[in-house]
Amino acid sequence: MRKDYKLEKRKYVIGGFIVLIVLIYIVRLFNLQVMDSRYKEFADSNAFMRKTLYPSRGMIRDRNDQLVVYNQPAYDVMLIPRNVVEFDTADFCRTLEITREQFDKRMRDMKDKRLNPGYSAYTPQKFITQISAQDYGRLAEKLYRFPGFFIQQRILRQYTRPVAANVLGNIREVSQKEIDKDEYYNRGDYCGDLGVEKSYENYLRGVKGVEILMRDAYGRIQGKYENGAFDQAPVSGLDLKLSLDIDLQEYGEKLMANKIGAIVAIEPSTGEILAMVSSPTYDPRLLVGRDRGKNYAELKNDFYNRLFDRALMGAYPPGSTFKPSQGLILRQEDIITLNTAFPCYHGFISGGLRVGCHGHASPITLKPALQTSCNAFFCWGLKAMLDGKRAKYGSVADAFETWKLHLVSLGYGYKLGVDLPTEGRGFIPNAKFYNKIYGENHWSANTIISIAIGQGEILATPLQIANLCATIANRGWFITPHVVKEIQDTVMPAALLEKRYPTIDRQHFEDVAEGMRMAVTGGTCRLAALKDIEVCGKTGTAQNPHGKDHSAFIGFAPYNDPKIAICVYVENAGFGATYGVPIGSLMMEKYLTGQISPERQYLEDRMLNSNTIISSGVKKH
Amino acid sequence: MESRNTNSSVFRNLDWFTVVVYVLLVLAGAVSIYAASYDFDNASILSFDEFSGKQLRWIGLSFVAGFVIMLIDFRVYEAYAYPIYIVLILLLIVTIFVAPDIKGSRSWLVMGPMSLQPAEFAKFATALALAKLFSSYNFVLNSKASNYAKALLIIFLPVVLILAQKETGSALAYMALFFVLYREGMSGLVLTAALCMVVFFVTTVKYTETMVFGIPSGELAVFFMIEALTVALIWIYCKLPSVAQILLLWFLGTGVLAWVLGLFGIEVPGLIYFLSAIGIGLVYCLINCMRHPARPILLTVAAAVFAVGFLFSVNKVFNDVLQPHQQMRIKVSLGIEDDLRGAGYNVNQSKIAIGSGGVTGKGFLNGTQTKLKYVPEQHTDFIFCTIGEEEGFLGSTAVLLLFLILILRVLSIAERQPTTFGRVYAYCVASYFIFHLAINIGMVIGLCPVIGIPLPFFSYGGSSLWGFTFLLFIMLRIDASRREHLSY
Repeated sequence: MRKDYKLEKRKYVIGGFIVLIVLIYIVRLFNLQVMDSRYKEFADSNAFMRKTLYPSRGMIRDRNDQLVVYNQPAYDVMLIPRNVVEFDTADFCRTLEITREQFDKRMRDMKDKRLNPGYSAYTPQKFITQISAQDYGRLAEKLYRFPGFFIQQRILRQYTRPVAANVLGNIREVSQKEIDKDEYYNRGDYCGDLGVEKSYENYLRGVKGVEILMRDAYGRIQGKYENGAFDQAPVSGLDLKLSLDIDLQEYGEKLMANKIGAIVAIEPSTGEILAMVSSPTYDPRLLVGRDRGKNYAELKNDFYNRLFDRALMGAYPPGSTFKPSQGLILRQEDIITLNTAFPCYHGFISGGLRVGCHGHASPITLKPALQTSCNAFFCWGLKAMLDGKRAKYGSVADAFETWKLHLVSLGYGYKLGVDLPTEGRGFIPNAKFYNKIYGENHWSANTIISIAIGQGEILATPLQIANLCATIANRGWFITPHVVKEIQDTVMPAALLEKRYPTIDRQHFEDVAEGMRMAVTGGTCRLAALKDIEVCGKTGTAQNPHGKDHSAFIGFAPYNDPKIAICVYVENAGFGATYGVPIGSLMMEKYLTGQISPERQYLEDRMLNSNTIISSGVKKH
Repeated sequence: MESRNTNSSVFRNLDWFTVVVYVLLVLAGAVSIYAASYDFDNASILSFDEFSGKQLRWIGLSFVAGFVIMLIDFRVYEAYAYPIYIVLILLLIVTIFVAPDIKGSRSWLVMGPMSLQPAEFAKFATALALAKLFSSYNFVLNSKASNYAKALLIIFLPVVLILAQKETGSALAYMALFFVLYREGMSGLVLTAALCMVVFFVTTVKYTETMVFGIPSGELAVFFMIEALTVALIWIYCKLPSVAQILLLWFLGTGVLAWVLGLFGIEVPGLIYFLSAIGIGLVYCLINCMRHPARPILLTVAAAVFAVGFLFSVNKVFNDVLQPHQQMRIKVSLGIEDDLRGAGYNVNQSKIAIGSGGVTGKGFLNGTQTKLKYVPEQHTDFIFCTIGEEEGFLGSTAVLLLFLILILRVLSIAERQPTTFGRVYAYCVASYFIFHLAINIGMVIGLCPVIGIPLPFFSYGGSSLWGFTFLLFIMLRIDASRREHLSY
């Protein structure tokens, strides 16, 4: 027997080789199994199908606990294309009551990357959305015959009355941008669009639950994981209590029928919006269900732009409703005293300029000027402030800036911060603005005199005008107007509870309020007078480039303990006294007494039946 | 021959340690297959329709086979080595023609309800034939080139036939027998060269993205390796330290020069630089042939030239010669590409299954990945996933160590054989196990390309289990009678 000891040593090479390999593999296993936690996550996403359980969305009630928005279940037919095997198409179509052509078209559209950019054969795709309960029942019975298809329960919004669409908003499928921004959302989820549905989305939507199902490599469900021990039940969204009085809102929408414009009613002591009408409006039910897309497109292209919330977004010249603010500023700046009288010879005449006015006694002081809505008084006032106080302000521009800052403190020129997603800011020019137009030091009071009476460049939203009225009603403070009174189990944001004080002393508000009271007792707003209730008001008639004057009104009542402050703005309806005053006073009467007194019934009938759209700037009908 | 070859003496001399390891592995395999094919709805361990039930039957039969092998005289295996080899070769040939096409492979002989894979049985036959060849009178591998030819013929005949059956993985397993040739005297340089080729190949193919000196960084690294190898060969193999030192200085000097020039913004064309550096270095080596023994130097220079040639052909061969699916498998295992829906799917899913096992695993029958059939071929080639997922790091390490113990034990058995036949045969057994273990586990944990070969005793299938049982028990039978030789 020959033994080669040199060669025998080679057993160490071979043995060492396999020892080395096994060591490397053990290190690799250690890395995979102990060090790297990613694989556990991969495994979970592999084997577990996390089925989302949708929470019920919070319900919405009005300030008197009347139900306004609630939920209704709906069913989407979904499919995972990869898991669909051959099935009886005819039977499927019969069950869902669709034609073969519709079926084919739906399949084509689903796979069309342009129409459905999120298409993937591996993920759930919508086949038909929101089928009826009957269709659901029939399909659910036969579903086992159509592998790959499943039914996803959805929640649809329902509305008890076809009102307040602009405040309530609606819900729609989330966009890709929203999915990217907020990890709560997945493709196909719903979220609020417009109104409180959008601004209170985070409260209303609740918390999604999850059901963990085990899924094999072919996507087939193999049952619940650990019998549902790790499932999470969804948490319902929080209910909202609106500050709106839905009856008042409905009444306001009726009064505004066939008119273009807005009504904003605020409870002065709380800043709670009692009614916010934008007209013409639409039935919120149009944006629910399968026809949402079609209806939305129609509303979007609507001739009257119904989706546009005029109460929040409309930028209108406030006209004479602006005069109370002028009175406040002139008094605060000591430009006038209560006894200062300015002449009015049927208007303001200065340096070849003439702003017309109507017949009343002359000269006139602040309160009667408010009572009779004298243009000349406020023009003279502004002129006195801008041109006559060089010593105090230095220049016209500096005086103007002071004027502007007072207005800003009264809530003009900037967003008030209402709890709704879309708010306009109106427009209050500053000195720079006029410097740009006329050149520095090349403008004076006469150049811009129309702003004294709420014309010219001045623009405000009906909400801002109503807020000014509420500030006067409160004699010097306001709370940021808001439409939600309570969120279930949640403290309201502090910003909606704090008083905000303009830069004007309380006493001056008292004077202006008195002037507004006089306007009702013996001035431009006599139509607004109510039995047993001391109403204050101010009309507005705003010239505009679109046709007939806009008819506006602000008012509050009762005089000494205001419960409601209101702004009515009707486009192209003529004098403030013709539409603004009646509508505003009817709203106040309805809210304060719950009914319209018989002697004012004629006024209600006239408002309900009148049509001012025909005289609006929108000429086509 | 007075020694009575009774059964009792066979079982007294049987290496029971190996038998115990074998039984442990087989039972662990049965449990794994049960776990891998466990169905939530249908949980009957004894149902023969199930993989585990069938496998249990195979296991029972293989225990019987092991017992029967023990009863046969050990001289039979040596005496009938060639006939057995020839029968299996014929069977392989027949298989090519009569086997049905199963997933593109024609390697299964279907006999009624049973189907067998002759390729698995040809393993022990080839081992027997190779052992017989080496034990023939006065056979020394290195003495004649024809001896190499005979050995390679025995190895490559089944390889070619199995390749014809489109079973690349099984055919590659015979390459393991080069370990045996190495043990029996083949130059270590052959294995070193093979290792170098693998390293060069992997480096060149993997690092093609970043460019240094105008050539891919992988090729650059291989250039340096070739320089280092040349220096090492001159130093150790040719035993010329002084020459090697000058060569080393030259390579280092040119390298540093190129780097410094690069710092000053002078791009040295990489290809020209390296070819001239290596070329001048090799010319210097050749000059030394005049003063020193020429043969080792010439061989070294030849090796270096071959290596450079190999380097230049690697990417071409990889892109032009290999099939796209083979390229993809290699790329996936090298981590160049993640083809998670295609070639990378298996490996990715098996890594997920194993990786999710953690330290102690999810527990028997609790593996979600394997239960829910994410890992393809999970009861055959990818059976190790089930162990990794359900038994965790501890369980899978235990299995690896059990295999390591088995292989080391087989090596020690090989070295205690009194006959060349016994030793060579046992080395063949060890080599097969080494190859199967390294490739199968390496593929499952993503370190090797996917080559479809089973994990011995674990992967589902009678042929593989029987093939390895025959292989191991014939060795044990020969070993059990090792003392009888001493009494000659």
